[in-house]
Amino acid sequence: MSNGKSRSKNDVEYELLLYIAGQTPKSILAFANLKKICEEHLAGKYKIKIIDLIKEPQLAKGDQILAIPTLVRKLPEPIRKIIGDLSNTERVLVGLNIREKV
Amino acid sequence: MKKEAKELSKSPTGVMGLDEITGGGLPEGRPTLLCGSAGSGKTILSIEYLLNGAVNYNEPGVFMAFEENVDELSENIASLGFDLDELILQKKIFVDDVHIDGSEFEETGEYDLEGLFIRLGHAIDSINAKRVVLDTIEVLFSGFSNPVILRNEIQRLFRWLKMKGVTAIITGERGNESLTRQGLEEYVSDCVILLDQTIKNKVTTRSLRIVKYRGSAHGTNEYPFIIDKGGVSVLPITTMKLDYIVSTDHVSTGVAQLDEMLGGMGFYKGSSVLLSGTAGSGKSSMAASYAQAACRRGERVLYFAFEESESQIVRNMRSVGIDLGEWSDKGALKFQMTRPTMYGIEHHLNSMSKAINEFKPDSVIVDPVSSFLSAGDEQEVKALFVRLVDLLKLNQVTVIFTSLTSGGASLESTDFGISSLIDTWLLLRDMESNGERNRALYILKSRGMAHSNQVREFLLTDQGVQLVEAYIGPDGILIGSARSEQQALDKIERYLYDQEIERKKNVYERKCKTVEANIASLQAELVAEQKEIDLVIEQANIVRANELKNRNIFMKNRQDYKQHEGENHE
Repeated sequence: MSNGKSRSKNDVEYELLLYIAGQTPKSILAFANLKKICEEHLAGKYKIKIIDLIKEPQLAKGDQILAIPTLVRKLPEPIRKIIGDLSNTERVLVGLNIREKV
Repeated sequence: MKKEAKELSKSPTGVMGLDEITGGGLPEGRPTLLCGSAGSGKTILSIEYLLNGAVNYNEPGVFMAFEENVDELSENIASLGFDLDELILQKKIFVDDVHIDGSEFEETGEYDLEGLFIRLGHAIDSINAKRVVLDTIEVLFSGFSNPVILRNEIQRLFRWLKMKGVTAIITGERGNESLTRQGLEEYVSDCVILLDQTIKNKVTTRSLRIVKYRGSAHGTNEYPFIIDKGGVSVLPITTMKLDYIVSTDHVSTGVAQLDEMLGGMGFYKGSSVLLSGTAGSGKSSMAASYAQAACRRGERVLYFAFEESESQIVRNMRSVGIDLGEWSDKGALKFQMTRPTMYGIEHHLNSMSKAINEFKPDSVIVDPVSSFLSAGDEQEVKALFVRLVDLLKLNQVTVIFTSLTSGGASLESTDFGISSLIDTWLLLRDMESNGERNRALYILKSRGMAHSNQVREFLLTDQGVQLVEAYIGPDGILIGSARSEQQALDKIERYLYDQEIERKKNVYERKCKTVEANIASLQAELVAEQKEIDLVIEQANIVRANELKNRNIFMKNRQDYKQHEGENHE
């Protein structure tokens, strides 16, 4: 469904969930990396939700989370997952399907 | 650390036989590695561990499935007769199926498996679980590409599980040169159990071995085990307990003469009896005779037949006057037919113990045990028997084994050494003499009772089994028609003796009568003589009286005369 233009409110094209387990250095780093990449490539089109599994452990099952941190791209479909601290920007872009694999 | 001084506490598996081998179960609060190749029964064994914990030991359990989803698991569990949904609802079991597909995600930098820990921790805490199964954690290696992180995390996981105090089973796929493909045995040092399956004579046999059990004595053998509808049963051949209660009651053998030979009472209730003999020596008939007698007493009898069908046995036994069909119809007698080659040996044992548990017989007949040799090797067959006898004794079931002794072999050796398990051993044998073949029976041993040492001839009549006292002739035992002949001769001899006695009796009686007559006549003579004497005495008395009288007269006359003469002189 390419609906970007027909919608009046088309700012949330990318719905992203970042699963973390407490405020660990890796989690903080991952969030910082994600924020940076999104601002650079998806400015105005994304929404990030952080889920702390220490507070809500029951949510881990739904998205089959094992590794921490895990970034889940809920929208656009299909769902994609990226694990790690997102320090490799190239792979994050490929993972989010913003850039084709070379 | 503080537990070290104490004996290791164990978490019972509830799996038949496994707790005996492990001396009580898995090490409590520690992880156990369960490894084996695909299809070796890892999953079912670990499921059973959880189910038994949840249902029997009030220990809720978490199953983390890496390979199966909840539906598949639910089916597996249903096949064991449990309702997974119900158990989940009751908070006795928690299932988390972990789905990993490496192609679904990108790896970008550092990560750990805290998500797994959180899921597991959440699962454990939500039902207060005491038992955990991770099946199969090695799947992680196909999902994540960084082995260094994985190994660290798995190591951490095992430490974490110990810290949580849960007893865990971690399953692992068998590797080529190591116990597990990913070398999990390096991390789990408390208890390692290996499942294996071998194919011999086209029959699969499963076996279980405890490779390692830190801080505990354990059986070190390879134990055969089976998986069927009831789950896993391990056959701990060497951990037989000899502490069953024995009965002092007796049961009839079905042949009165045989009861007499066995101290006049028959077999002990709950004892194991072996009828061994060559082909056609009457083993089955003897067994059937016992079965009939047992049914008449109101017992329930389970008949395991491995060579004949029910209808064949019933027909054949009818020809010797034993009607098994009647009892079969009434439900007191149950036949179970199997071909020995149909399954592996341990499967036989299981189906037999199942049938025994379900039918609850008072007596069991296994006809013949020797046919099992075609299903397994000697050692295995022996193991089967130890286990079977054990089970039967525990339930005080009397068991009759028949065993075919192959020609040439010593009659007193069974094909596999089960004789030590046998309480009463009857040997049936053929005796050839005078151009005919006859059956004979003797008691080789009978524990705990005085028993006859005689060889008896054993007849299959249309009235059932009969034992006849053997005749000892000048040339040894007389049997068959030689015995009949001797019997006839004896009968004539006895007749002749009887006649002689009769004759002598008559002579004596006649003599008695003659003597009596003589006595009577002599007595009469005496009486006559006595009378004569009396007469003479009487006559003598009369004479004497007359004489006296005459004398008196004479005296008077003389006096008269003197008086007269005097008168004249004057």
